[in-house]
Amino acid sequence: MWRYINKLYARSDNVKAYTLLTPALIFFFCVMLTPMLLTIAFSFFTQINMNEIDYSFTTDRYVEFFNKPLLTSLLFKSVKISFIVTFVTLLTAYPVAYYIAFYVKKNKTLWLILMSLPFWTSYLLRIFSWKIILGTKGVINSGLITLGLISEPLTFIMYSQTAVVITLSHAWAAFALLPLYVSLDKIDYSLIEASRDLGNSRLETFWRVTFPLSLPGVIGAILIIFIPTVGDYVTPQMVGGVDGRMLSYMIQSYFGKVNNIPMGAVSAVIMLAAVASITMIVSYATKKLTQRVA
Amino acid sequence: MEQKNNSLLVYTIFYFLFLYIPVLFLPLFSFNDSNYMSFPLSGFTFRHYEDMWSKTPVFRALWVSVKVGVIASVVSTVIALMAAKAFTKYKFIGSRVSYAAVLLPFLIPEIILAVSLIVIWLSLGFKLGLVPVTIGHILFCTPFCMLILVSRIEGFDSSLEEASRDLGENAWGTFWKVSFPLYLPGIIASLLLGFIISFDEFILAFFLSGSDPTLPMYMWNQLRFIKKLPHVLALGAIIIVATTFVVLLAYWLMNLGQAKEKDFKI
Repeated sequence: MWRYINKLYARSDNVKAYTLLTPALIFFFCVMLTPMLLTIAFSFFTQINMNEIDYSFTTDRYVEFFNKPLLTSLLFKSVKISFIVTFVTLLTAYPVAYYIAFYVKKNKTLWLILMSLPFWTSYLLRIFSWKIILGTKGVINSGLITLGLISEPLTFIMYSQTAVVITLSHAWAAFALLPLYVSLDKIDYSLIEASRDLGNSRLETFWRVTFPLSLPGVIGAILIIFIPTVGDYVTPQMVGGVDGRMLSYMIQSYFGKVNNIPMGAVSAVIMLAAVASITMIVSYATKKLTQRVA
Repeated sequence: MEQKNNSLLVYTIFYFLFLYIPVLFLPLFSFNDSNYMSFPLSGFTFRHYEDMWSKTPVFRALWVSVKVGVIASVVSTVIALMAAKAFTKYKFIGSRVSYAAVLLPFLIPEIILAVSLIVIWLSLGFKLGLVPVTIGHILFCTPFCMLILVSRIEGFDSSLEEASRDLGENAWGTFWKVSFPLYLPGIIASLLLGFIISFDEFILAFFLSGSDPTLPMYMWNQLRFIKKLPHVLALGAIIIVATTFVVLLAYWLMNLGQAKEKDFKI
């Protein structure tokens, strides 16, 4: 019997692979999937008072969410800010990734390390440094006053959506640079040369050859920046003020001082649904786009 | 390969300045003899560092963060190593789905992970504290550790393992005598980077930790008071320098692994 089991085990890659994967998958089911399903379940309950929850099924919390202009506007603002951040980060990082992929010849590893190093410094401290820079008595204002260019501090930069966009574009730069670089670096340079030889200008070559071939990196970067920034809490709290406030603020207060877990669960579920649907739209659009290119 | 493009080079340099300069303001102002972070600089001082050194809550929070970080990085490296081995060595049914499942925590807003963990933890009747924080950190670190280890394991020749098996060593012996030494640089890199991720992580700790603050939470709590900012600057500057050092060490180890592999092939 044992010999038979041993033999079966030795033969089957499936069994071996899943033995090795057991801890990872148990963790996934217990710490991620089950909690998320439970959160979805809680979004159909009702908070009666501080400590009591009514566990009968109701969709009232969803109705409540969409009837509160504050919540829907925060949801809309979260998605909007993330969109702008993703776009700005991609647009500014693309030329850098392009330069490193096509013009740098020596020490590419060094450039890669330089690209990713700021990402490893504490997220909180990176955001905090922008508070120092943009604040009313911050680096920009005090610097401009010292230079005599302005007499009163500029107040519009700090505590606004703009401040959130600048700060997040800085914080997530590495996540745009790396996928863009990887996909650009993979491009066979002879394709670009061929396009030039066939009479395309530099710009035409970029639009017809280089950019379409770098699309996997572009999509990777879009998803990897857009998804986490929708739910970002630290940046809007630290530099956003009231204007830059996002849905994460309400989720935190529902789980914190307001203590309305079902309402917090509804906000989280809706945030997740927004992220998931946009992710699907982006991947679907790319599939169509790449099919047309190919 | 393109020849030269000076305007693109200038742009790239400016972009790197944009990446690095904001972070460097923290160390700069940590030596500035003023309670405000503004220009003109008013003179060099160590007093913010002395101020930080004299605060016991800093060290309490540091100890909490180190404890959580060590446990989280060790556990996630073990889980990630086993998973990485499965994904690189075997072709199996459902490998793509499992791969996505392991990477998923990386692709979900962190606040949602935190909130779901609160819901399940409170439903089970437990109190929030460092245990759920550690569990959350393991979940969050595992994808990073796995990506590091997959690239390490893919980088070397599996015929070495096969040779060991052919020469009569069993699976366990092969792992300890052949695979493990080869993976070691990657494993250490994974431990170091996993620790850094946990050490810097804020959201999960903020939502789940209850009354025991980790170091990022301690800093967050101090940021509300202008007067307490300078010693946070000093602390932040030290963290930035230490983190950079550890990360460079991890990068060096990953490259060291690659060099070793070439020696083996000769």
